[in-house]
Amino acid sequence: MTAIDFKTLGPAMALILLCVIGFMLNPAFLSEGNITNLLTRSAFIGIIAVGATFVITAGGIDLSVGSMAAVIAGVMIIVMNNSIDTFGAGVTTVLIGCGCSVLLGLGAGWINGTLTTKGKIEAFIVTLGTMGIFRSLVTYFADGGTLSLNFEIRTTYRPVYYDSFFGLPFPVWVFIAVSIAGWVLLNRTAFGRYCTAIGSNEAVAKYSAIKVDRIKTWTYVLQGLCVALATIIYVPRLGSASSSTGVLWELEAIAAVIIGGTVLKGGYGRIGGTILGALILTTIGNILNFTDMISNYLNGTMQGLIIIVAVWLQRGDWTRRSPPKT
Amino acid sequence: MLTTASGNTSVLAAERVSKSFGSVPVLFSVSFDIRAGEVHALIGENGAGKSTLMKILSGFHDTTSGTIRLDGEALTLPPNGQAEALGIVLIHQELNLAEQMTVAENIYLGRELTKNGFLNRAEMARRVSDMLAEVGLDISPGSRISELSIAQKQMVEIVKAMSRNARVLIMDEPTAVLTEAETELFFKQVRKLKAGGTAIVFVSHKLHEVSEIADRVTILRDGQWITTKPAGEFTLDSMAQLMVGRELSDFYPPLNEADVDADVVLAVRNLSTRNLRDISFELRKGEVLGFSGLIGSGRSELFEAICCLRDRDSGTVLVDGRETNFSSVAEARDAGIVYLTKDRKEKGLLMEQGMRPNMTLLALPKFTRHFMLDRAAEQAALERGIRRFDIRTRNPDIKARELSGGNQQKLLLAKIMEADPRVVIIDEPTRGIDVGTKQQIYHFIAALAAEGMSVVVISSEMPEIIGVCHRVLVMRSGRITGELTGDAINENEIVRYAAGLKEERTRV
Repeated sequence: MTAIDFKTLGPAMALILLCVIGFMLNPAFLSEGNITNLLTRSAFIGIIAVGATFVITAGGIDLSVGSMAAVIAGVMIIVMNNSIDTFGAGVTTVLIGCGCSVLLGLGAGWINGTLTTKGKIEAFIVTLGTMGIFRSLVTYFADGGTLSLNFEIRTTYRPVYYDSFFGLPFPVWVFIAVSIAGWVLLNRTAFGRYCTAIGSNEAVAKYSAIKVDRIKTWTYVLQGLCVALATIIYVPRLGSASSSTGVLWELEAIAAVIIGGTVLKGGYGRIGGTILGALILTTIGNILNFTDMISNYLNGTMQGLIIIVAVWLQRGDWTRRSPPKT
Repeated sequence: MLTTASGNTSVLAAERVSKSFGSVPVLFSVSFDIRAGEVHALIGENGAGKSTLMKILSGFHDTTSGTIRLDGEALTLPPNGQAEALGIVLIHQELNLAEQMTVAENIYLGRELTKNGFLNRAEMARRVSDMLAEVGLDISPGSRISELSIAQKQMVEIVKAMSRNARVLIMDEPTAVLTEAETELFFKQVRKLKAGGTAIVFVSHKLHEVSEIADRVTILRDGQWITTKPAGEFTLDSMAQLMVGRELSDFYPPLNEADVDADVVLAVRNLSTRNLRDISFELRKGEVLGFSGLIGSGRSELFEAICCLRDRDSGTVLVDGRETNFSSVAEARDAGIVYLTKDRKEKGLLMEQGMRPNMTLLALPKFTRHFMLDRAAEQAALERGIRRFDIRTRNPDIKARELSGGNQQKLLLAKIMEADPRVVIIDEPTRGIDVGTKQQIYHFIAALAAEGMSVVVISSEMPEIIGVCHRVLVMRSGRITGELTGDAINENEIVRYAAGLKEERTRV
């Protein structure tokens, strides 16, 4: 049982350890301001990673999320800027932008899912393709530069990222809501069970009357929705989008999922682990900001080491063999 | 020792070989020999011990007792296919070729020719080209295996064996997946090899092929050697008779009388798929209907097509006399038709999951309330299934992988029963499970029928078909070739229909 316990508790223990290290290096690490900042920063990757947990649990992969976020952000900004003349710079325009974001997310997810299932192309290839397409589209829309949100709308939209509610910033609330919804969906509904079954063995799922293609497509649509939500809270932060928006988010999201204990080849997923994984990744960057011992430029190195160690620990071969047959 | 009519000495021989797996004996003092330049056919029912004997002759299994002789010298064959170095090659039924590599790469796999440390591709291609020309195979050494037909793949395996200087070639049902034309081509090569002095062991269920190609025939039954004679001394009927001829004990449950007036629950009319032609049959309430036939005759495919697991070209499926139009497995399930696969590990159970998620997977919508899974109901289903099908585990939380084969099969039965089916199709109900559990499963089948469920049993084990079925349909090459009812169900008749010696021309 040691292996099982470590699998579930490992990410939590790692996060606590990181926090202790952070506090020892600089007590300001645990200040309210820093904790809030840390949670807010985690929200983007965390929300996207919740979606990625479904895709990966069902045996797929989505490499396009970073580019998808960028292109959605770009289109949102264009749409909102163009809506000012008709609807003014008020809440209506922001809602139009958000609605546009959700529709784009769902649509992009549906395209990824349908090409994978109906088109019978490997998910890696499909999303590698759409990753390139989305990235080049945002560059094209921005004409190689930056798309900036109109200043009047920024004022209206700003609170979505910067304001708090009961002491927690809005992005953190969204993160919490998405996490709870994701946990319930994966662990307490037939959909979640189907994702796990498909990831474990697609043939068994098919023979068990599961509509494999439909469920798999839904995981990508869900992923698209998560990207859309993350983008909605990301846009007011900088009020702009460019070809460098969301770069490498896909890898951070996948890393968060894997650190959390979800199996990369599918069949076993943990939303709780994914959330911890996202927090761990953000915490590493945050600690490096607080200390001079290791250069901030080595952030990627630290993240990479954590991912490799996490997966090595989860293999569990070093504990004990499976029990004999009954 | 076997009688050797001519002075021709055997290349490879097994003398009084016995083999047990654990405490289960599967071969009893069997003797078998192969001479240079002959085709020796090995026939018998499934479970007669043919595969075990072949694996012993090629070193994949060791013997429990008895002697193996190569050129008259007693020896122990090296394990894991290393006997190839001695010139003994076993060609498995599921071919062992790397699909994405070329013919030449496959033939030289593991002993590539090199020059100055680099692959000598030109030389390998040239030699393979010669070998292919020699056997009259019209393909390029550079063709990918995945582009070849099954017959061509079979020939590549043989060329590969020959390139390793095989003196003894052991082939497990090489013609099972070949069409008649392909079989002819294949036999031409076999005759060529024979003329070159290769000793060939040929295993097949197709008796007419055996009489066509074999010089001698050995028959095994229940792990016992029955006879070895020149092929000319057998008729097809006498071969079938010798393969069969076992008495049935009360291993099987008493069957309730079949009610010929019971309602027709499932009717299939003129169903065709890529490999099935014009299949029609009816299934009545409370009936146990057997489907017999050789492996590859299309039995599983038929029922997978009915349940929407495979594409259908034409034909109608009627449930309770009403035409159905299933477009998914789920719809077939909702209509009460469920299929229990013969492939437990790959298609039946989630091996890495526990018993509970496996138990409820097929009928999961039933365990959903307000979009949420009803865990209490799932737990109740698990307890119900364990009780009803006597699933024996020390711990209900273990993974499906950790269950024994028999318990896995019971779990699978319990799983499909959760869908509340009216027609249960069980494909190879007792494959790979022990005798005690087999008997239990036969009794479950009889009990289901007694409760008014209709059961289809697809099986390659004839005693099983005869023991549990009211009526038997025999399939051959994608068609139903015969129907047997009541006392007329016997192994002789089934073998005749299955091997194509007999066929009902006028079927409804």
